[in-house]
Amino acid sequence: MDETPLHILVADDNQSDRMILCAIVKKMGHSVCEAADGNEAINQFLEHKPDIILLDVIMPNLNGQQAAKSIKALAGEDMVPIIFLTSLQEASDLATCLESGGDDFISKPYNKIILQAKINAFSRMLKMHNTLQDQRDVIRENNEHMRHEQQVARAVYDNVAHSGCLDLPNIKHMLSPFSIFNGDVLLAARKPSGSIHILLGDFTGHGLPAAIGAMPLAEIFYGMTAKGFFMVDILREINIKLKKILPVGYFCCTCMVNLSFRRQEIEVWMGGLPDFGLYRKETGEIERIKSNHLPLGVLSSQAFDADTATFRFIPGDKLYMWSDGIIEARNTEGELFGDERLFAIFDEPDSELFFDNILKNVNQFAGENGRDDDTTLLELSMVDESEIAKVDIDLSSGAVTGPTDWNMVYTLRDETLKTFNPLPVMLNILNDVPALRNLSGQLYTLMAELFSNAFEHGVLGLSSDLKKTADGFAEYYRLRNIAMESLKDTFVKFDFDLEPLDKGGKLTIVVEDSGEGFKYDNNNFNLKSEDNSAYCGRGIPLIYSLCDSLIYFGKGNKVQVCLSWKTQLEE
Amino acid sequence: MPINTSIKGDELTVVVEGRFDFSAHQEFRDAYEDADSGVNKYVIDMAKASYLDSSALGMLLLLRDHAGGESANVRISRCNADVKKILTISNFEQLFTIE
Repeated sequence: MDETPLHILVADDNQSDRMILCAIVKKMGHSVCEAADGNEAINQFLEHKPDIILLDVIMPNLNGQQAAKSIKALAGEDMVPIIFLTSLQEASDLATCLESGGDDFISKPYNKIILQAKINAFSRMLKMHNTLQDQRDVIRENNEHMRHEQQVARAVYDNVAHSGCLDLPNIKHMLSPFSIFNGDVLLAARKPSGSIHILLGDFTGHGLPAAIGAMPLAEIFYGMTAKGFFMVDILREINIKLKKILPVGYFCCTCMVNLSFRRQEIEVWMGGLPDFGLYRKETGEIERIKSNHLPLGVLSSQAFDADTATFRFIPGDKLYMWSDGIIEARNTEGELFGDERLFAIFDEPDSELFFDNILKNVNQFAGENGRDDDTTLLELSMVDESEIAKVDIDLSSGAVTGPTDWNMVYTLRDETLKTFNPLPVMLNILNDVPALRNLSGQLYTLMAELFSNAFEHGVLGLSSDLKKTADGFAEYYRLRNIAMESLKDTFVKFDFDLEPLDKGGKLTIVVEDSGEGFKYDNNNFNLKSEDNSAYCGRGIPLIYSLCDSLIYFGKGNKVQVCLSWKTQLEE
Repeated sequence: MPINTSIKGDELTVVVEGRFDFSAHQEFRDAYEDADSGVNKYVIDMAKASYLDSSALGMLLLLRDHAGGESANVRISRCNADVKKILTISNFEQLFTIE
């Protein structure tokens, strides 16, 4: 039996009854305090905080029922069992006692055994109540603490994981958080060339484990994109990092896209995500893009496969990316929304409605049931580059003074050409020149065009005409792969020369390749596309617009561009 | 979701039933960790599995790791169409024999 001594208040206006009751209670091992009327009972309650109150019903000044009401109100969340002492026999009177806040009653004259049993029963209940209350307080406190921490962490996470250029006019997106943290990551950033990198990731699980992995992923994505690295280099880096930091069994299903405005194409790497939809404006049809890789963070860097697929992407075309939460949305019957329902939405003739219709349909389907996974949806449209703001390059870092008078030759040969992107390295060197940092977007585009001309059209000998049609587009990449396999004694050579001028400077870049060259006319570069497709395919009008002078030499496998600038006066 | 195992020679068969998700984490892990040390082949029998989620994929990777990583001999057998689709989307056929 429960024998914990309690503190018990005995309130009875009849002195002899009160003394008898006190004696019985003390004999049971409990301590007592006394009151002779209702008011006194309330005062004693406030002063002594008794565990149980034995309260006579009929008392002068304030009767037992009125006192019970006040005491219960004063006790608030604390449990204070009140047992009425009564000689009343009418059922309705007894019921009134309980309604006024009493928990039980005992009839006079007292039966010691029953009294003891009731006190013991309430003692057990009290103990249970107190335990519950303590546990609840601990949980509440922990929960508040955790929520606070999560809110702060969430703010940090959002700054890292959802920053970038998701607000561009050609991007629509939706992220629904399943818990405070979302297992989904959606990143977008501009390359120095103006191209857009987009990454949609879905980490295994929700909450903290997912959020922690998202941090280095986002850092690598933004850092390397801003420096002009290729998508495959960024994916390799992220894969190594995730493989290193995530425990076995945790990974990130990922799709990364590189949208090039000038080339009018998207390059896609996809691992572990459901089919995406590529809408073609020309035909009004939707094409499926499939995952052909394992998620990031699974394979070692040796086994990692960075092969990408390239698709023609012209104005009006749209790419739809989603996490599996969309397909796995469940209705009240537990049925999945599924791939078929999702792709059926594209039967709608007006492509402007796709995005909203997907959200509407999924919400209607899941209804009250909500969604049991993170859901992320993104629509990426091809538009003319002029509709998009210029790249905002961060000039906040770097020295004010730098090298201003130097020359560098950098020659890339067979194996290097196959696998290595030299642009970040070269740009890094050029960006040490303070005046060139202001021009880095322009410079990146210039270098990227020069390199791709020298490599794709020069070394690999591919004709840019092919890329004008959808079929030729695929053919172009097929031929490119074949040509890459058989590189022998090829090179692309960059020669940079930087010289200071009065109040400024001049950069001369000469690019030479081992290819066959092409027919050119040094006096007539600014032709319209219909007049000379060879120029246009090689981006020559664009190069021409970015530099001060452009001269081809020999058979057309050597080109020189000059770029000069005036140092801005100190303000 | 119940998980049953049986051993035949050096091959451990783990039968997964119903929804294969995080709730099966401990049981699935126990199923292969408690197995006899003579086991070097693993078969995950999915005939009765209705669905698997990404944490189940994670559990399969853990098993693969336990079974020797790159050299692991793990077969995932008798998958229904839904289960197979999820394994295919994730390109798990590159890591497991799926039959």
